[in-house]
Amino acid sequence: MTLTADQADLAEPVRKAPGYWSGVFRRFLKDPVAVTCTVIVLLLILAAIFAPYLGLNDPYKASMIKRLKPIGYPGFPLGTDEQGRDMLARLIYGGRLTLFVGLVPVVLAFVFGSTLGLIAGYVGGWVNTVIMRTVDIFFAFPSVLLAIAISSALGAGIVNSLVSLTIVFIPPIARVAESATASVRSLDYIDAARASGGGALTIVRVHVLGNVLGPIFVYATSLTSVCMILAAGLSFLGIGVRPPEPEWGLMLNTLRTAIYVNPWVAALPGLMIFITSLCLNLLSDGLRSAMNVKD
Amino acid sequence: MFAYLVRRLIYVLPVAIGVSIICFLLVHIAPGDPLTAIMPVDATQEEQAAMRAAYGLDKPLPVQYAIWVGKAVTGDLGKSIATGRPVADEVFAAVKNSLLLAFTASVIAFPIGLFLGFVAGYFRDTLIDRAVTAFAITGVSVPNYWLGIVLVIIFSVTLGWLPSMGAGPGGSGAWAWDFAHIKHLILPSVTLAVVPIGIVARTVRALVGDIFSMDFVQALQAKGMRPLDVLRHVIRNAAPTALSVMGLQLGYLLGGSILIETVFNWPGSGFLLSNAIFQRDLPLLQGTILVLALFFVTMNLIVDVAQAAIDPRIKRS
Repeated sequence: MTLTADQADLAEPVRKAPGYWSGVFRRFLKDPVAVTCTVIVLLLILAAIFAPYLGLNDPYKASMIKRLKPIGYPGFPLGTDEQGRDMLARLIYGGRLTLFVGLVPVVLAFVFGSTLGLIAGYVGGWVNTVIMRTVDIFFAFPSVLLAIAISSALGAGIVNSLVSLTIVFIPPIARVAESATASVRSLDYIDAARASGGGALTIVRVHVLGNVLGPIFVYATSLTSVCMILAAGLSFLGIGVRPPEPEWGLMLNTLRTAIYVNPWVAALPGLMIFITSLCLNLLSDGLRSAMNVKD
Repeated sequence: MFAYLVRRLIYVLPVAIGVSIICFLLVHIAPGDPLTAIMPVDATQEEQAAMRAAYGLDKPLPVQYAIWVGKAVTGDLGKSIATGRPVADEVFAAVKNSLLLAFTASVIAFPIGLFLGFVAGYFRDTLIDRAVTAFAITGVSVPNYWLGIVLVIIFSVTLGWLPSMGAGPGGSGAWAWDFAHIKHLILPSVTLAVVPIGIVARTVRALVGDIFSMDFVQALQAKGMRPLDVLRHVIRNAAPTALSVMGLQLGYLLGGSILIETVFNWPGSGFLLSNAIFQRDLPLLQGTILVLALFFVTMNLIVDVAQAAIDPRIKRS
């Protein structure tokens, strides 16, 4: 069992990691903008999860006589939509699908993209060529176009949106992971670890991951805002979430016809997308400077 | 330079082939038989088989792909299911309108983005820098399809100054450079310009800030060079990266304008695409995406070559 002894030795530098992460955390807390944005995003997520317990009106209950009521109408603090449904309830419930479809693809793409990039960057050779040239092909599509192309071919639906957005974000993450891994791999201590008999998996787990996951993670968080906007955009085009589910992009689309009657109610779902995406971007920027990652 | 150009061209070919494979497969990952859209519901087995043979759908996939690509390189992208007109004609008519929109948006976005980024980078960590950074991050965070609706609410619905949709008065026919048409161009191009302003400003700010902190700038200042001449050196160093970001943004503007075109009913490629989606017109969908993606690939190629032309470091690597 010389390998276990080796691993224990090699694991030594990793134990210092908590020091780094608590430093990151401390620096992050000193950034008031990033902290405020984190709180807002968390509140939106919590409100979405616990929507049924907030004492809101039924988000699906339509009323022909109470259609398109303005903001501040009695019983409907944010007015009603084109079918007389409570806007406040629909906006909070709408966060469920929008945040889910907006955030999950980045998580999935982070897992798949990092794996592909790590393999390509560490193994190199023809494996690298095959993976990275395939990634290049996907880079030939602007992300909006790729998401729309796949979603429209697969058809509307939550699962299809998740699939298409995950495919959109795997290539950029894989590219970042590959270049981070390739630059770490050429360092002397990796050669040293290999010379002392470490297996590929062990080296990747112990020496490479700790050094590349940070930058990849920061990069992935910077994609969440784009992903949110794209996810809502797919629903806006009618190839994402299907009606009558409350979803911000879909609500924005169905309320478009109401801009002549009640413009500011019609703009509310988009405002939610904007606030969330702005907070996600600022959060990512805060994380980037707290972790001291450069591009 | 020539060798670099050839190398870059050779590299583009596999990407273009890959793009065409993805576009081809789009129709085949679509659930259901591609024939159901064109066939009458009561078609017999024989009629279906005849149609399948007529469209070449009875052949194995690689053969179908070869036939499709063979036609595509001669400019034949098939016929639209909805209108029966050649897809190529529809796409090129629409791409012209999209290009007009994308170029106008670039003309608005790039000077503003460059100026803001440069000023913020020069006055790093001052109030000006913070204001530009805040503006830029707002620009990249805004869902532009929503911004378009908000601008329509303000300038069309409330103020009544500008038209809210179409590319010209009385339907969206031919474009002309007169005031009536330009009025239609203002809202969509401003909407489309906001994201690239943010991206260009952010990139240039970081770039200029980094260059100003380099040793050579200090050396130039130390030997007494006038600030304007120092600035010239900084710009020369920032130009290749700034140029490539702008080139990529132009490509994104064309491919990414679909949502804006839908908001403003702008008769461009994005609008065509959303109609194709709505009517499940797969040949039209396939053709439009292929043309847009190939345009993006070409744009990247031009950017790379232009970058190499002004930055001698690239050719050597």
